[in-house]
Amino acid sequence: MRNSGYYSQFGGAFIPEILVSTFDELESAYLEARDDPSFWQEYVELMSTYSCRATPITRLDNLSDELGGANIYVKREDLNHTGAHKANNVMGQGLLTRRMGKKRVIAETGAGQHGVATATMAAKFGFDCTIYMGAHDVARQRPNVFWMEQMGATVVAVSDGSQTLKDAINEAFRDWVTNMDDTHYVLGTACGPHPFPEMVSWFQSIIGTEAREQMLERTGVLPKRVYACVGGGSNAMGLFSGFFDDDAVELIGVEAGGRGKGSGQHAARLAYDDATIGVAQGYKTFFLQNMDGQMQDTHSVSAGLDYVGVSPILSHLHETKRVRFEAATDEEVVAAMQRTVRREGLIPALESSHAFAQAFREAPEMSNEDNILINMSGRADKDIFTVADAVHDPKWREFIIDKAAAYRREMSNG
Amino acid sequence: MAEYATRLEESIRAARQKKDLLLMTHIVLGYPDFDSSARVVEDMVEAGVDLMELQIPFSEPMADGPVILKANAEALKSGATVERSFEMAEWLTQRFDIPFLFMTYYNILFCQGIDKFVSRCQSIGIQGCIVPDLPPAEGQDYLDAMRAARLAPVHIFTPNSTPQRMQFLDQNSEGFIYSVARKGVTGKETSFTDDLADYLSTCRENTSLPLAVGFGVKSREDIEFLTGKADIAVIGSETIRVLETEGVEGVRPFIDALVA
Ligand SMILES: Cc1ncc(COP(=O)(O)O)c(C=O)c1O
Repeated sequence: MRNSGYYSQFGGAFIPEILVSTFDELESAYLEARDDPSFWQEYVELMSTYSCRATPITRLDNLSDELGGANIYVKREDLNHTGAHKANNVMGQGLLTRRMGKKRVIAETGAGQHGVATATMAAKFGFDCTIYMGAHDVARQRPNVFWMEQMGATVVAVSDGSQTLKDAINEAFRDWVTNMDDTHYVLGTACGPHPFPEMVSWFQSIIGTEAREQMLERTGVLPKRVYACVGGGSNAMGLFSGFFDDDAVELIGVEAGGRGKGSGQHAARLAYDDATIGVAQGYKTFFLQNMDGQMQDTHSVSAGLDYVGVSPILSHLHETKRVRFEAATDEEVVAAMQRTVRREGLIPALESSHAFAQAFREAPEMSNEDNILINMSGRADKDIFTVADAVHDPKWREFIIDKAAAYRREMSNG
Repeated sequence: MAEYATRLEESIRAARQKKDLLLMTHIVLGYPDFDSSARVVEDMVEAGVDLMELQIPFSEPMADGPVILKANAEALKSGATVERSFEMAEWLTQRFDIPFLFMTYYNILFCQGIDKFVSRCQSIGIQGCIVPDLPPAEGQDYLDAMRAARLAPVHIFTPNSTPQRMQFLDQNSEGFIYSVARKGVTGKETSFTDDLADYLSTCRENTSLPLAVGFGVKSREDIEFLTGKADIAVIGSETIRVLETEGVEGVRPFIDALVA
């Protein structure tokens, strides 16, 4: 029996029999690519010509002053093409898909960032593309749906279950068990059956490798603390992996606190104590589930963190205490985002703003000799509707009403 | 296959003495509610169904298509729990003299505790389990517990399985082998062709356990096609579809027409 990718008791590959040979094929393609230095070269070359690698780090001059305490630096994954770290994983898996000779890609998406990145990659490489997205997320992330469709992808709204990310993942698997011969499933985060957690983390490790070097170059020392938001865990794994060997660097994963601890309406699997160990979606980790093992509904203002499970590698690092987990509530997140927009002119995605909120909470307690680093996993253009509602912007509302009226007039005039 | 024959295998072999092809049906416990599940089982047994798969509902039934997926969700919405599923299964095994199996996803076993789940199956008279997201490589504890309880862990052959894989699955199985007729999830069309016949003969060559065939079986012609090529025909989504469109009353005529 093969070693199916365990991180202490977490991980594994709990897959339907029909996919066993597909996973064998994927695992060998991945291992071959990892052993082939020219693959990583090709990847870096692609990311520096098609996207914006190396992404810079930016010092938050105004907020470092205003908050007092630590100097705050930000790793700018928002500057990737398509506006989030998701591109790193997707382009890597795109190269792998081409190596395996497959012609079609499918993906799940929550916020839509991974869907847009996958549709982009498919357009560039000439693959057919189908994106599965919870109906609830389709409704709150229309701008991303629009771009996916413009790029030629078919977007399927999934109306089963909670109509969010986990349901989109189930539906993508249902497609894959039928079409595995010509189709690769581009899983978007460091979750799912082996080898996905490890493979996605490998592609995302480009963030941490760059960031470590950049911080040393820029400040002469390693950051004291490093913050990343955690949905499935891919941007966190990517940034953290650059610092795993640096024991003095504290790693902090920030989950979606939603309406807060005890509310039952959040997606904090590791920071709160509501989650228990289970097996779903092909892997073993902490899940927000009931005593029978039925998955619970989760809630977050950010679609990308609104998920029942978490990377098995992060569950392991939670148990070993190498990573500390915290949660930020919807309210704190929107406030942190507004503050960053106003004071720095940066527009962090609602997902990324979780990491900002936690860093802003901790920075004032630290010394001004200390540096901290936040992963800005993406930018918030996609969140414009959600944010406009959250900040109750009357002019935005007026704009939408006028726009709707204009469409209505157009339609009734035939 | 191991040194001993399970009760499930023995009863299948005994029933096959009298019948060329056995019929196994599938229901989701608690769909649309527990009373209806009980009536459906009663009708099926009276219509001559030989064995039954009872699915304990799960919120993430990854290997199931739209029909069974919806039945799982509805059962949970109307309050189905693992406890009630066990109670219902016990009532059924006491009342009807055919073998019953559980079909469910691994998390249900895992959250109960594998040993506890298996010994409870044994004590209520469940004869085997089908756990589609638990390949043998991940399921050593489950396999050990099932073997110790003399229950049948049933595994699945697929059109993607190599002969070596089939033999490996066979070594880890008891009772029968569930061979899926095509790729994909439950509840889609299957074409009953020469290719399928070839595949089934490969399955036959790689196990000496009885062979069940499922996915897309729904008509008298399908049953005729399978006679002589397999031991058991499995009707899964189609009975649930009948239940959905015609209600409990529709089930009996549907089964009667299949076995007539
Ligand atoms: C900008 C952004 N950040 C973070 C995430 C969360 O994913 P992960 O935890 O895999 O980084 C998403 C997911 O959609 C995202 O779009």
